[in-house]
Amino acid sequence: MAAPLTLLLVVAVTIRAALFRSSLADLIAERVEVVSPLNAWKRVVEGLALLDLGISPYSGDVFHETPLIIYLFHFLVDYAEITFMVSRKFVSSFRKQKYALEADRYPLDCLELIRSPKEMYYIPLKVAMFYLLNPFTILSCVAKSTCGLNNAVIALFILCTIKGSALLSAIFLALATYQSVYPLTLFAPALLYLLQRLYIPVNIRRPSFWWYTLQYAFMYLGSLFVIICLSFFLLGTWDFLPSVYGFILSVPDLTPNIGLFWYFFAEMFEHFRLFFLCVFQINVFFYTIPLSIKLKEHPVFLIFMQLAVISIFKSYPTVGDIALYLAFLPVWSHLYRFLRNVFLVSCVLLACSALFPVLWHLWIYAGSANSNFYYAITLLFNVAQILLVSDYFYAYLRREYHLTHGLYLKRKDGSEATLVLK
Amino acid sequence: MKVQGLTIQENNMGLLSDPNRRRALISMLTRLNAPICVVCYMAGVAWFMGLAFEPFTLRTYMSENAMGSTMVEERFPAGERALATGREFAAHKKKVGGMPVDWLVKTMQSQGLEVFTQRFSRTLPFPDENKERYVVEGTNVYGILRAPRAPRTEALVLSAPCSPGNNNNQAVGLLLGLSQYFRNQIYWAKDIIFLVNEHDLIGMQAWLEGYHHTNTTGMDWSPLQGRGGSIQAALSLELSSDVITSLDLVLEGLNGQLPNLDLANLFYAFCQKIGVLCTIQGKLQRDDWDTASGYSHAVQTMMLMVLKQASGRPWGDHGLFLRYHIEAASIKGINSFRQYKTDATTIGRLLEGMFRKLNNLLERLHQSYFFYLMPSLSRFVSIGYYMPAFGLLAVILLLRALDLWVQLSALPSRTEDGIADIEQSGPGVLSVLTPLVISHLTGVALYTLPIRSQEMAVEHFPVFETEAVVLTAIAIYTAGLALPHNTHRLVSGEGTEQGWRVLKLVAVLYLAVLLGCTALINFSLGFILALTLVPLAAFITPHVPKLLSALFMVLLSPGCTLFFSIFFFQELQETPVNLQEGWVLFLSVISQGILDHSLYGSLVYPLVALLVYPCWLLFWNILFWK
Repeated sequence: MAAPLTLLLVVAVTIRAALFRSSLADLIAERVEVVSPLNAWKRVVEGLALLDLGISPYSGDVFHETPLIIYLFHFLVDYAEITFMVSRKFVSSFRKQKYALEADRYPLDCLELIRSPKEMYYIPLKVAMFYLLNPFTILSCVAKSTCGLNNAVIALFILCTIKGSALLSAIFLALATYQSVYPLTLFAPALLYLLQRLYIPVNIRRPSFWWYTLQYAFMYLGSLFVIICLSFFLLGTWDFLPSVYGFILSVPDLTPNIGLFWYFFAEMFEHFRLFFLCVFQINVFFYTIPLSIKLKEHPVFLIFMQLAVISIFKSYPTVGDIALYLAFLPVWSHLYRFLRNVFLVSCVLLACSALFPVLWHLWIYAGSANSNFYYAITLLFNVAQILLVSDYFYAYLRREYHLTHGLYLKRKDGSEATLVLK
Repeated sequence: MKVQGLTIQENNMGLLSDPNRRRALISMLTRLNAPICVVCYMAGVAWFMGLAFEPFTLRTYMSENAMGSTMVEERFPAGERALATGREFAAHKKKVGGMPVDWLVKTMQSQGLEVFTQRFSRTLPFPDENKERYVVEGTNVYGILRAPRAPRTEALVLSAPCSPGNNNNQAVGLLLGLSQYFRNQIYWAKDIIFLVNEHDLIGMQAWLEGYHHTNTTGMDWSPLQGRGGSIQAALSLELSSDVITSLDLVLEGLNGQLPNLDLANLFYAFCQKIGVLCTIQGKLQRDDWDTASGYSHAVQTMMLMVLKQASGRPWGDHGLFLRYHIEAASIKGINSFRQYKTDATTIGRLLEGMFRKLNNLLERLHQSYFFYLMPSLSRFVSIGYYMPAFGLLAVILLLRALDLWVQLSALPSRTEDGIADIEQSGPGVLSVLTPLVISHLTGVALYTLPIRSQEMAVEHFPVFETEAVVLTAIAIYTAGLALPHNTHRLVSGEGTEQGWRVLKLVAVLYLAVLLGCTALINFSLGFILALTLVPLAAFITPHVPKLLSALFMVLLSPGCTLFFSIFFFQELQETPVNLQEGWVLFLSVISQGILDHSLYGSLVYPLVALLVYPCWLLFWNILFWK
């Protein structure tokens, strides 16, 4: 187990180092698919320069990272490249432990649907491989997008949650929320998981449920409060609140990216803006409620679903965010037989990834295509992602159904039945 | 019966979610796969041939309001004087033995233009035998006529190349005549830049890079001392005789980029107005579209455009402007044996009219089409009409991929989750990865080695540098056929049935994405490659007769496609060549392709070497799968 993982790490680091040194690095760092106004390295450098000059990094419209990041890099700026690589390594190694732990969870299930221990054994390696060798991750690492750090924080949060450490989980969740607001929706699955671990039933009439929820919420909000106050004391001003969270929530920067916001808000009349802003942002948070009710028994899958929803509907998505939830796919390899659209979805994702730079070239450089072409691909890309996620959701539910009802269903009259999602 | 959102019953929710219909559709697609593919291929080719049929094309029309309704008068009187200036230019050119910089500067200055020069130098990666140059040094001379009527934020360019020998003297003469005439008019709202560039495209590249402060190809040039506004449109003039019979419009630019169709419309409208014969691809348009010869004439014109566009090289000095968002075209004067001749005054009036209309532009040309093919100068086919032809070819690849996918999931080892899957995936991944890596490394060798190893080749073999480069490229290309098809066995032992299917699935999807992207940027190149590569990708398996299929594959490989295209192109241009000349031409085209890449950044050579050829090698690998 350790040897292939080490080999994998060496390969992954080599690829990144080679790309860092090549002339491609500058090109990749400029790609709108890879960096967003939030996490572009160029902007972080600008923020650092402003900080060194004694000017608030948020005075201007360039820097939108959180204060802790800037202080972190303030000390690390010379070793920035190494930092990025190290953060990748953290992500993978913690992932590995996480799934080694998670492996204990499943063999409760019976039938031929359960995964054999041998297969479970490989899952952490597969996850690490999916993350480290995913071209999306490589691109966003070479572009030195700070997205890698966000992913690392979220991975640490998942690890701590699964280990059952409520305090650490709350702290990392607070850090992730502090970085980009949206991980707020991961509060529900984390809570559900911790409750499940302690055998506390999710029942609103039970005081123990409320007591634990309050405890966890207090830890979460407390650490969030501490982090924000820390930022204030470091910086001496509240400038960062509008500049970071206002920027995320009100979407003033309409640079094209792989998300759904830019085209829509560029086309819209100004007086509808607030309304649609609310609709679009609520969209990200809203799915938490139905999904939490539906998947309250399966919080780990809920985390996956939430991550996917966030990375599809967030205001400034990059390929790094997508890589995070794609890395979870090997965990659900037992759902493979119930998936229906894998071929279609993977073809579309593949084609879209290739078409992004081509249509960008035609639009921006050749001037012969226009933004509609690019947005069409963005739309297709997101539809494919939604199809992928809903396919996994369907497969998960169907597996649960088969676990309780047996694999080969018979209709009342004895003929073979088919399952249909309604 | 409703449990966890799933119900057991049949219903009709649509194709994707109803399992019965899906199964029916998929089984139909796999059962009828081969016939559907054949039908699609024939339909694609038929659609493409139909594009030249006149009832299926659209008549060109001026979309840009600023150029359509406004009337301009053409009054340019001084054709004879322009020709005299041209003769003077020729005399000075002969005396200096190159570009008569001082004379040009003096002449332009005497007309009241702001005149500047730009020096540039460039060492080619290897000698260019067509144009006999290796170390290129030259000077561009340009004069700016400042717009009297508006803030000087926009500009138009008229350029004429200073060519070696007796070519294009009249073009420079006419350019100088027009500049003198334009100087005295008061209606200019855009700066007009008169550019005489030396060493054709190299000079143009230096000037454009200097103008836009970029340096993409590592050329040495002195910075420009004077600039106009942002350039809106450019015309390049080529004229080698005092009188002409017709004017030819050249549109194809770098990487198959085309200017906005309105520029072609403008040219056509003025030719109609002034009464000059105009051609595209050197072909006049005919009215008898309903006869066989009329149709074949239109097909020939369109095929010439397709072949020129697919080559990805700039076919006139205008070709490099397009990269900077500047709509540009070349106008070539042709003097043939026709009775009816047009004099320089008329050409001058035509150019004056075009410039006055361009001068009226309020924004960049963007109303009309950027993606089009022209079966004649007054007819065009837009992207919406020609893309289905490519789509029908591309859908074959997707159908084959679907077929392979179904076959793969039907194989027993894949459907069972568990130990079998893990054990399969190890060699499975390797057996796909090895050919992929090896064929791409061959591609990288094909891309880098020819230029790098020329010195060594010249040392050891009795060849010139240019020949060395081309022959190295051909040698690597051929060596690639011998290399990879045995390698996967070293790593993974015996190849399995499943192994080649996975490899083919990867290769087919790879080809589909590759061709799709190519066709978006350069439709002609994508279509020609699809025409040859798709049938090969569709039928290749390890079980077809080896020798015959190998021959077939080699004939359809990208290199041979180029070879046939050359013969076809010569045939269409009515200058057929025999095998010997064709081979010489083939060699020179390869060297031109490599030169175009390193001089101007044309993408065809790297595309073929780094992506298309490796992809073809993957299919070659499948054929010899053991």
